[in-house]
Amino acid sequence: MTIADKHTCFHCGLDVSKDVDLSVIINNQPRPMCCAGCQAVAQAIVDAGRADFYQQREGFSPTGQDVVPEFLKQLHAYDHPDIQKQFVVQTGEHDKEASLILEGIVCAACIWLNEQYIAALPGVVEVRINYSTHRAFVRWDDTQIKLSQILEAISHIGYKAHPYDVAQQQELFEKNRQQSLRRLGLSIALGMQIMVLALALYTGDWWGIEPSIKQLFHEISLALTIPILLFCATPFWKSAWRDIKHRQLGMDVPISLGLIVSFSGSVYSTWQEQGAVYFDSISMFVTFILAVRYFELMARKKTAESTESLLSLRPNMATKITNQGEEVVAVTELEVGDKVLILAGEAVPTDGLITEGKSRTDESLLTGESRALTKDVNDTLIGGSMNLDSPLQMEVTHIGQDTVLSAILNLLDRAQSEKPKISQLADRIATRFVSVIVLLAIAVGWYYGIYIDNWSSTHWIGIVVAVLVVTCPCALSLATPAAMTIASGRLSQIGLLIRTKRALETLSQANYFAFDKTGTLTQGELQLDGVSVCQNIEKEQALAIATALEKSSEHPIAQAFLNNPSKASQSMVVTNIENQVGAGLSARIDGQRWYLGNTDYIAAQTDLVLSDKVSQLLESDQLQAATVVCLANAQKAYAIFLLQDKIRAGAKALINDLQAAGKQIVLLSGDHKISAHTIAKQLGIAKQQVYAELKPEDKLSQLKKLQQQNAIVAMVGDGINDAPVLAGAQVSIAMGNGTQLAAASADMVLLNSDLEQLRTGIGITQKTMRIIKQNLIWALTYNVVAVPLAVMGYVEPWLAAIGMSLSSLLVVLNALRLRRAK
Amino acid sequence: MESIYLLIPLALVLLALIVAIFLWAIKSGQFDDMDGPAYQILKDDEIKKDK
Repeated sequence: MTIADKHTCFHCGLDVSKDVDLSVIINNQPRPMCCAGCQAVAQAIVDAGRADFYQQREGFSPTGQDVVPEFLKQLHAYDHPDIQKQFVVQTGEHDKEASLILEGIVCAACIWLNEQYIAALPGVVEVRINYSTHRAFVRWDDTQIKLSQILEAISHIGYKAHPYDVAQQQELFEKNRQQSLRRLGLSIALGMQIMVLALALYTGDWWGIEPSIKQLFHEISLALTIPILLFCATPFWKSAWRDIKHRQLGMDVPISLGLIVSFSGSVYSTWQEQGAVYFDSISMFVTFILAVRYFELMARKKTAESTESLLSLRPNMATKITNQGEEVVAVTELEVGDKVLILAGEAVPTDGLITEGKSRTDESLLTGESRALTKDVNDTLIGGSMNLDSPLQMEVTHIGQDTVLSAILNLLDRAQSEKPKISQLADRIATRFVSVIVLLAIAVGWYYGIYIDNWSSTHWIGIVVAVLVVTCPCALSLATPAAMTIASGRLSQIGLLIRTKRALETLSQANYFAFDKTGTLTQGELQLDGVSVCQNIEKEQALAIATALEKSSEHPIAQAFLNNPSKASQSMVVTNIENQVGAGLSARIDGQRWYLGNTDYIAAQTDLVLSDKVSQLLESDQLQAATVVCLANAQKAYAIFLLQDKIRAGAKALINDLQAAGKQIVLLSGDHKISAHTIAKQLGIAKQQVYAELKPEDKLSQLKKLQQQNAIVAMVGDGINDAPVLAGAQVSIAMGNGTQLAAASADMVLLNSDLEQLRTGIGITQKTMRIIKQNLIWALTYNVVAVPLAVMGYVEPWLAAIGMSLSSLLVVLNALRLRRAK
Repeated sequence: MESIYLLIPLALVLLALIVAIFLWAIKSGQFDDMDGPAYQILKDDEIKKDK
């Protein structure tokens, strides 16, 4: 056992803190565990005889700390018949089937573990897990085991499973995908047969061939081409027709024209028993384009799926109050006017009005800050927010698409579909280009038909087809999407999810990088490092008061106090809580109003000036990344708390890299000047680029100032008070451990909060832009060179098909270089 | 050369068969999971039922 083993959890890879001594014997060796959660999961895996899992896995498992008991309580609702009828199918007398989504899958070994473990449960008849989509299909005997028990068992080995609601969109996609695959497969099969005959014909052109055989082969090729055009090429016809109707000519128009012209010409030649036929070109042309589009479809779907899971803000079930009592129903079944019960700690199922009860709710999905709002009878509740204190009864006012949450998500959807500027330019060029090509083809055909051949031969057909095909701006249109798709996939691999298409381009162009301090550059796990009392008050007393005050906050500062709540703090009654975003909070305890916050907050609330004392303290203690919080009442300051935070591992390397590349670094922090400057010094950020003691609005105005100087700013934050800045920056990255709204309103999410990966990610975006430019240059050059050659008749149709295919292929291959980008 | 009048139709029949099998494969979900079978070969333990 190396020294490293003692300090990292064998199961999840997190650090084991010094006073924790848990272990599990795996394969005859005791292995350290960081918490009871990991220990329980590892033990479950060993007890099930699946310890091999640890030898096969490719990465650490999700930490057992996250297996929440509340999640397990909800599981029983999944046995309810009304809920089951949405996603469970009864297939036999006792048998039921359902699809589940598995969370926490890291590699193939996880899937293997789940398959084996679930299959071994008594009552489970069949289980199959799809390695690409992480969807599990389970069939079980309902008399022997219940669905909730299956879900619970999965959580025992450390994974989360939800029922998979086969939404209409998914079904539609599947149908679409299968149809595309059918078209592609048929086109390949028929195309291959045509090519076999074509090979014979080419040989015949060289060595000689009996005319009757030649005619036979032509006729068979014709017959084989018909299904290709009628069935496989249908997407082209539909799209071209749509384009013509809307007078917005897209790529499918010249493709369709080319196919029609070459097919008609070939039919004519076959009928006349003389002249060239192009059935081989047609089939290969159709095949190639179908293939490229199919793969593009799959790649796009994959990136879309990874961002889908972020937005699971809506709860699935609600407690409806009816005349018969309380009933657990699916949220989708609620109607306007229904009454629902929301217990403390539950999410509000949909928009509504309070009819009974008084409590506080967390609407961080709107404010980005966990400001607890007091709600009373006749106040509105927003679907997705969290009820904190006491049970509430609510009457439903809006459901489904009418809710506030849906509106927000729709807005985000729209933002997501905006293409990068460079791709929009390429699209515009492609459209103009197409109209020009069509006109050119007609002109050329006319010219050759009338002046050169006088309509005596089919020569003009070859020229027209060549012009149409070889000038097709497929490469131009593929240049950007191919690179973007592959880059998105690569970025998801390293944990950087792109939510808006513009983000990639903007990130590569950013010249200013603004960072939040707590939670972004630092780990956001504050620990209480020192207490300095000012008045005649015991340290424990001051600590107890502060802890009691922080009970209602979810800020990382609160966590530092709440890690070890003393008994005294738990028995204190705290009332009239007022929370100020990013500054502090105050409340009444025993008739006395206390204030806990940064020096600005205290100064604003009490006229007490503490900054000198605090500066003194910080300087004398030489603390690394201390955050300072002061406790005072209206008259006197009572204590100063020093909270320690660690700088993230990749932070320095990232900042060094960015500075080496000539980017400006700015630090925006809500914390005390000295802590901000200490961090800045350690990371190499210039003093004048550090802005401390900022309220969220100040952060935004600082950002705007920079933007007015024409800076392109990339903001990195964790969202607890960064939401407005994240929305305001040209490109923003939210840390994965931040709030959900931050993740939903930032352009990118850094899932594992690893700044090292962000560094890699930025490099990838720059490489992507380079490759897009290369592709565009190649595509334009190819088209510019090919057009005159085709017009002058130097290009045979088959050469045209190859040329077009090769140019597109080159673009895709060039984009594929991004797969290994570092 | 007369044999060609037999061979070509034969080839077409074979082609029809291939297409039919391909369409069946799509329908029965053979193309739904392209990564899984690669890993499943490596692990084929017997499933022990817990009692």
